Amino acid sequence: MVSQPPNNTAKEHWKHWRWTFLFAVSALLILFAPLPLPGAAPADRHIRIEASMFQFTPGELKINPGDRVTVELVSTDVVHGFSLDGYNFELKADPGQTATGIFVADKAGDFRFRCSVACGNLHPFMIGKLRVGPNFLLARGIGLGLLAVIVALWPLRKPSTHRLRSRP
Amino acid sequence: MTRLDLTCFPWAKTLLRSRWPQFLLRAITLAGFVFTILAGLFGSVVGSHNFAIIFVWIAWWTALKLFFIPFGGRSWCSICPIPMPGEWLQHGGILQPRGKGIGLDRRWPHFLKGSWLQAGGFLLVGLFGAVTLTSASVTAVVLLAIIVLALVLSLVFERRSFCNYLCPIGGFTGLYAQAGPVEVRVKDADVCAGHSEKTCYSACPWGQYPLALKSSANCGLCMECLRVCPTDNIAVNLRPWGSDLGPKTKHRLDEAFLGLVMLASALVDSAVFLGPWGQLKSAAYAIGSLPWLLFAGVFLVAALGVLPGLYAAAAWAAGRLGPSKTTLQNALAHYSQVLVPLGLMAWIAFTISFAFTKFSYVLAVVSDPLGWGWNLIGMSGTAWVGQATSFSLLLQIVLLAVGLFWASRVARRITESARPAMPLIAFSGIFSLGMLWLLIG
Repeated sequence: MVSQPPNNTAKEHWKHWRWTFLFAVSALLILFAPLPLPGAAPADRHIRIEASMFQFTPGELKINPGDRVTVELVSTDVVHGFSLDGYNFELKADPGQTATGIFVADKAGDFRFRCSVACGNLHPFMIGKLRVGPNFLLARGIGLGLLAVIVALWPLRKPSTHRLRSRP
Repeated sequence: MTRLDLTCFPWAKTLLRSRWPQFLLRAITLAGFVFTILAGLFGSVVGSHNFAIIFVWIAWWTALKLFFIPFGGRSWCSICPIPMPGEWLQHGGILQPRGKGIGLDRRWPHFLKGSWLQAGGFLLVGLFGAVTLTSASVTAVVLLAIIVLALVLSLVFERRSFCNYLCPIGGFTGLYAQAGPVEVRVKDADVCAGHSEKTCYSACPWGQYPLALKSSANCGLCMECLRVCPTDNIAVNLRPWGSDLGPKTKHRLDEAFLGLVMLASALVDSAVFLGPWGQLKSAAYAIGSLPWLLFAGVFLVAALGVLPGLYAAAAWAAGRLGPSKTTLQNALAHYSQVLVPLGLMAWIAFTISFAFTKFSYVLAVVSDPLGWGWNLIGMSGTAWVGQATSFSLLLQIVLLAVGLFWASRVARRITESARPAMPLIAFSGIFSLGMLWLLIG
């Protein structure tokens, strides 16, 4: 048995795995590559949120990274809470009362806020959404989806390459 | 393709052949099922403090989608307690093989065969889900109704007719078990051909003949065929994921319908339970009101009109672009394989978003299952509001991308070229984008 020189073996391995490696690196880049945030100047914001069974009004909020946000939570029926994912920020408002708190939006992305006081059957699903800057995660998801389709169709590329090579 | 037959390992074979290990597991699940009904009826009305809500809709529903189906296909069906009482009566004993017991043993009506009723059942789960998933007493009544229905049907019809044709969860697990890594098959087809008694078919509660099994959709992994085979010719294989999906496998129109209902349900559940639209939640909850009728109308239009319409257009285009022209009905059935990985991964992504934030409730209700202020294991106060982490969001993106990759790969394999695969991939892409927007957007 003739053993292959190590150089050739490495080349074979590279030839065999290069696309897998390239796709894996592309996937990691799509998911984790840092993206520039738009340079909107941080501002002071005052947001009034009404909580009632089982919704926050408004349910979707958009702010800029760095904003200093004053949240005024008003409960219109029973006791409700406000807990913001990703931030250590929580409020609790009694019926007809207002609770106020301040946080600085120092993390970009989309964050859910949830009622943190059991308020009825749909309480676990009383959810709102805060967007801090652009939603890069959605763009990353779309990019990864496109890559997934390319990878799935990639084997179809091989026969045509072979055909081209075999032409006289 | 590579297979690993578990019966090659003596300890695994002993475990699978004996009825005792399976009986013990089923006895535990039956006890849990009865306790869940009691907790739902007599426990706290606050869902997050009631064992029925937390164990059924968070612990079990999560385990089914994250563990049982992806790693065991229909393995849940092999320990499901729902058909047990009916089967005991049918078999005339608790550890008996299928035999002469009580019951009319009638055949299930031919016009009701297939997955149509299971898909209808899943639509009902979606329509009434906001109440069923959040009210402990309603959950208990639904579970009680299901076990009584299964019992009554087993006294009238042969074998596991309820599981085969009516159980929505059976439809769900059966559909996605095609992508699962477990199968029961014969070792040597010639041995079966020479065996005239067909003891495996007679013993199978699911009415399957192992020699004819080409898909794991309708095999409940009960192992009865393994136990009664006189020639030790049954294999329990570990196999690559998605082995039942390919150009040569046969699929029916009702599978396509079931797959589409599952996709629509994943979209609607994501919007209702995870979205920021309070009015939608209230509408889904207020059964019988005008907002609920509007919600039900939109849900049914999406599940029975929009999604099937888009899929039909994709299947028609794929059929037209393919080398061999086929009827639309055949195209709808054959290409429905694409819906399997797409739906499975979408449900897993949905579950990650749902279960990761609510899992802290599980230990709390073990400590205080009825919400009566008990503290059995000292953890009744450990439940917290929960939050989605950046890891869980990234994981959902990856899962949806895997679903799209897998569906595109299946489309490529069953159409055998890029052009006819493209409409199916476009359909899969639109669905994945919708899920992505609902979960991440």
